[in-house]
Amino acid sequence: MATQFQSSTANRHWRWFTNHAATWLAVGSTILVVAPLVAIFLDLVYKGASSLNWDFFTKLPVPPGESGGGMANAIVGSIVVLSLASLMGIPVGIAGGIYLSEFGRGTKLSTVVRFTADILNGVPSIVMGIAIYGLIVAPTKTFSALAGGVVLGIMMIPTVARTTEEMMLMVPHSIREAALGLGVPNWRSVLSITLRTAMPGVITGCMLAFARVAGETAPLLFTALGNDFWSTSLNQPIEALPLQIYTYALGPYDEWHRLAWAGSLVLIVLIVVSVSLVRYVTTRGVLKGAN
Amino acid sequence: MSLRIQEPRAPKSADAATPVDGLAPVAVPAPASGVRAFLQARGSSSMADSTFRWVMLLCALSIFAIVGLIAVELVVHSQLTLAKFGLKFFLGSAWDPVNSNFGALPFVYGTLVSSAVALVIAVPLAVGVAVFLTEMCPKALRGGLSFLTELLAAIPSVVYGLWGIFVLVPLLRGYIDPVLIKVLGWTGLFVRPDFGIGMFAAGVILAIMILPIISSLTREVMTAVPYTQREAVLALGATRWEMIRMGVLRNARIGIVGSIILGLGRALGETMAVAMVIGSSPTISKSLLAPASTMASVIANEFAEAADDTYRSALIEIGLALFIVTIIVNMLARLLVWAVTRGAPARVN
Amino acid sequence: MGVGIEVNGLNAWYGTNHTLQDITLHIPANEATALIGPSGCGKSTFVRCLNRMHETNPIAKVTGEVKIGGQDIYSETSAVEVRRRIGMVFQRPNPFPTMSIYDNVASGLKLNGFRNRRVLDETVERSLKHAALWDEVRDDLKKKSGASLSGGQQQRLCIARALAVDPEVLLMDEPASALDPVSTAKIEDLIFQLKSQYTIVIVTHNMQQAARVAERTGFFLNGKLIEFDSTHKIFTNPSDKRTEDYITGRFG
Repeated sequence: MATQFQSSTANRHWRWFTNHAATWLAVGSTILVVAPLVAIFLDLVYKGASSLNWDFFTKLPVPPGESGGGMANAIVGSIVVLSLASLMGIPVGIAGGIYLSEFGRGTKLSTVVRFTADILNGVPSIVMGIAIYGLIVAPTKTFSALAGGVVLGIMMIPTVARTTEEMMLMVPHSIREAALGLGVPNWRSVLSITLRTAMPGVITGCMLAFARVAGETAPLLFTALGNDFWSTSLNQPIEALPLQIYTYALGPYDEWHRLAWAGSLVLIVLIVVSVSLVRYVTTRGVLKGAN
Repeated sequence: MSLRIQEPRAPKSADAATPVDGLAPVAVPAPASGVRAFLQARGSSSMADSTFRWVMLLCALSIFAIVGLIAVELVVHSQLTLAKFGLKFFLGSAWDPVNSNFGALPFVYGTLVSSAVALVIAVPLAVGVAVFLTEMCPKALRGGLSFLTELLAAIPSVVYGLWGIFVLVPLLRGYIDPVLIKVLGWTGLFVRPDFGIGMFAAGVILAIMILPIISSLTREVMTAVPYTQREAVLALGATRWEMIRMGVLRNARIGIVGSIILGLGRALGETMAVAMVIGSSPTISKSLLAPASTMASVIANEFAEAADDTYRSALIEIGLALFIVTIIVNMLARLLVWAVTRGAPARVN
Repeated sequence: MGVGIEVNGLNAWYGTNHTLQDITLHIPANEATALIGPSGCGKSTFVRCLNRMHETNPIAKVTGEVKIGGQDIYSETSAVEVRRRIGMVFQRPNPFPTMSIYDNVASGLKLNGFRNRRVLDETVERSLKHAALWDEVRDDLKKKSGASLSGGQQQRLCIARALAVDPEVLLMDEPASALDPVSTAKIEDLIFQLKSQYTIVIVTHNMQQAARVAERTGFFLNGKLIEFDSTHKIFTNPSDKRTEDYITGRFG
C-alpha cells in the first residue's frame, strides 16, 4: 500500500514536471524561431534603409571602389524578366487551374495533375535553370533575358494553377447554375461569371507566385546570367535584382555590401506585401456576397 | 374529404393593369420579340465550348510536359559523363576538372550531411512551434505568429545567404563554434580550424529555411486530428502534455513524418544560401566546421567557369541526380501527408 | 406568349438512383402549374429535366421525351439553346455578386452577345417592373451590386433576370421558401401577373401556395406522378388516396 502510494505521488510529480517542461519547450521553440526572423528584418531595415535613396533606383553601379551608384539596371532587368515570366506563366497557370476546377473535378487525371504540380514545386530551382540552359541557351549560344523569362514562367505555372483551382472551387455552385440556367454557353459562364467572382483570390495567387520567382537567383545563373551594363534586349544577358545581390554579397567592397542589403530590403518589402495580401484575401473572404 | 384552404385568389388590385401601390407588379404590354429572336439565332456554341475545354486541358497537361522536358534536357546534356563514368561518378571522391576526372561523392556527402544537420536542428523546433501554435497559443497571438512563420518561408534564398555571410557566420565563429569545440570537440565533429563558414553554418541556415514548412504542415496534420481524440484522452485524467502526446501527436505521426520528409526535400535542393556560407570546397571532412560543398552549391559556383563540355556535363549530371532524388523524396512526403489529411496535398510553396 | 409542355415517359437517374419513373403529363400554356409532394419525391428533378439542367451533373441520366412548344428538347436542339428559351428561378436567390443590379438583369442578354444599349436599357427596366422591383432600385441600378439587396429583393432580381431573356416558359423551384411572408406574397402576386404571358411551372412544398396561384397541380411521390388535375379538384376531391393523405397532412 505505502509503496503504491509513494510511487503514485512520484508519478504525479513526474507528470506535472513533464507537462510544464513541454509547455516551456514549446514556448522556447517558438521564440527561437521568431527571433531569427525579427533579427533578419531588423538587420535589413537597419542596413538597407539608409541606402534606399533615389540614386538606388535610378543609377547604374559605379566602378568598384567608388561610392554612390545604384541598382537601376538590376531593377529594370528584374522587371523585364518577370514580365516575360508572368506573360507565359500566368495565363497557362490560370487555364490549368480552370481545367482542374471546372472540368476535371473528381477525375483521376486531375488528381495526378494536382499531385504532379505539387511535386514540380519541390524540384530545386537550380535544376529548372539547368534544363532551360540546355533548352534555350545552349542552342542559341547566348544567355538571354528570354531564357530567364521562360524558366521563371515555368516555375510560376504549378503555383498559379493550384491557387486558381482553389479559388474557383470556392465560388458557390449556385452561381454557376444561375449562369447555365440563363442559357449562357459554358465557356462564357466559366470566364465571365465564375472566374470573375474568384478574381480577387486568383490575382493574389498570381502575386504570390510572382513574389516567389522574383527572389529566385539560381535559375537565372544559367539563363539570364547578369549584365553590368544597361540592357533590355531579350536576346542578351540581363541583370536581375537577386543576381546582383548575390554578386555584391560575395564581393570584397563595402559599397557593394551596402547595395546588397538595400536590394534585399526591396525584395522583402515585395514579399511582405504579397503574403499579407494573400492572407487578407483568403481569411476575410473576398467573395463578396457570394456566401 | 377536403382541406380547408383558400381558393386560388385574384390579385390584390381589381384591375390588373392599374398598380395599387408602387410595389405591386405592373402588367406591361407584350415584350419586344426582338430579344427572343436574337437569342434563338445564337446557336449552340458547342464548338466554342469544346475548343475552350481542349485549351484548358492542354494547359493542365503542360505540367506533365514541363516535368518531361526537364528530365529530357538533363539526360541529354549529361550524356558525356554518363557514358564516361557510369554510376562510379557518384562514388569517386576526386573532383578534378583540370584533368577531367570527376567524382561527385564530396557533394553527395555535403548534401546529406548539411541536410542531416538541418533536420536535427529544425525538427524539434518546428514540432515545438507547431505544438505551441495548435494547442497552447492564446488565440490573439495565433494569427500574428503564423503570419510570421509564413513570412519566414517566403524570404528568398539569396537574402538568407546575405544575412548568413554578414551576421550568422561571424556569430558562429565568434560565439557558438568555440563553445561547440570545447564541449563536443571530443566527437571529432567540431574541431579547429574554424572560419565560421562551412558545413555547420550551412546546416543552421538550412534549418531556418525548412522550419516553416515542417511547422505549418505539422500544424495542419495536428489540426486534422478530430477533437474527439483529444477529449478521450483528457477524460482519462491526462495532463495537457499527455493529451498532446497521446491524443494528437500519436495520431498525426505519419503526417509529421511526411512533413519532415518534405522539409528534407527542400533542404536537399536549396542552393543560394548554402552556396554563400558553405565554403565551396570539394572535400570530405569529419569536422562540421570545415568548408564543404553540396550538389546544388557546386553547380551554382562552378557552372559559369565550366569551360569544356565534359565539365558542364558532369555538373549537369549532378543536377540530374538532384532532380531524381528530390522527386522521389517529395512524392514520398506528399503521399504520407495526403494519407493523413485525406485530401489534396497541402499547398506549400 | 407562353407555350405548352408535353412530357412523355420521362425517366431520370442520379447514378443508380431512379429518381423519376415514367412521368407523362401535359402542362398547358399561359397557366401556372404547381408541383407538390414530400421532400425527395422528384419534383425538383422533374423541373430540372425541363430545361436540361439535370444533366449538368456528371452522374445524371435522362430518357424520354419532353416537348416544349412542340419541339423535343432532347433530340432536336442543344441544351444551351433550350435554356435560353426557358427561365429558371432557384430556391435560394443567386444573383451574380460581382455585377451591378443592371448587369445582373441584363446578364442573360449581354453574356450571349447582345450589344444594343437602348434595347438593353428598355429590357432591364421592363423586367424589373415585371418583377415588382423597379421602384425600389431605379436609382441604384449601376451603383449597387446584386448581392447587396435583401433576400426578397434578391429573389425578385433573379426573377427579373430570368424574364429579361423573354422566355417561353418560367420554371420556379420553391422560389419563396427562403423568404419572409411579405416577400412571398409579393412573389405570388407576380406569378399571377406573369401567367398571362408565360407558362409557369412552380415547385412548392407549401400547399396553400399551390392552391393560391396555380390552375393545375401535380402530386409527386417517390419519383412517380400520382395525380395531375385542376387545383380545385386536387385539393377538394382528389382521386387517389395517397394524394388525399398528403393533402391532409398524414405524411410529408
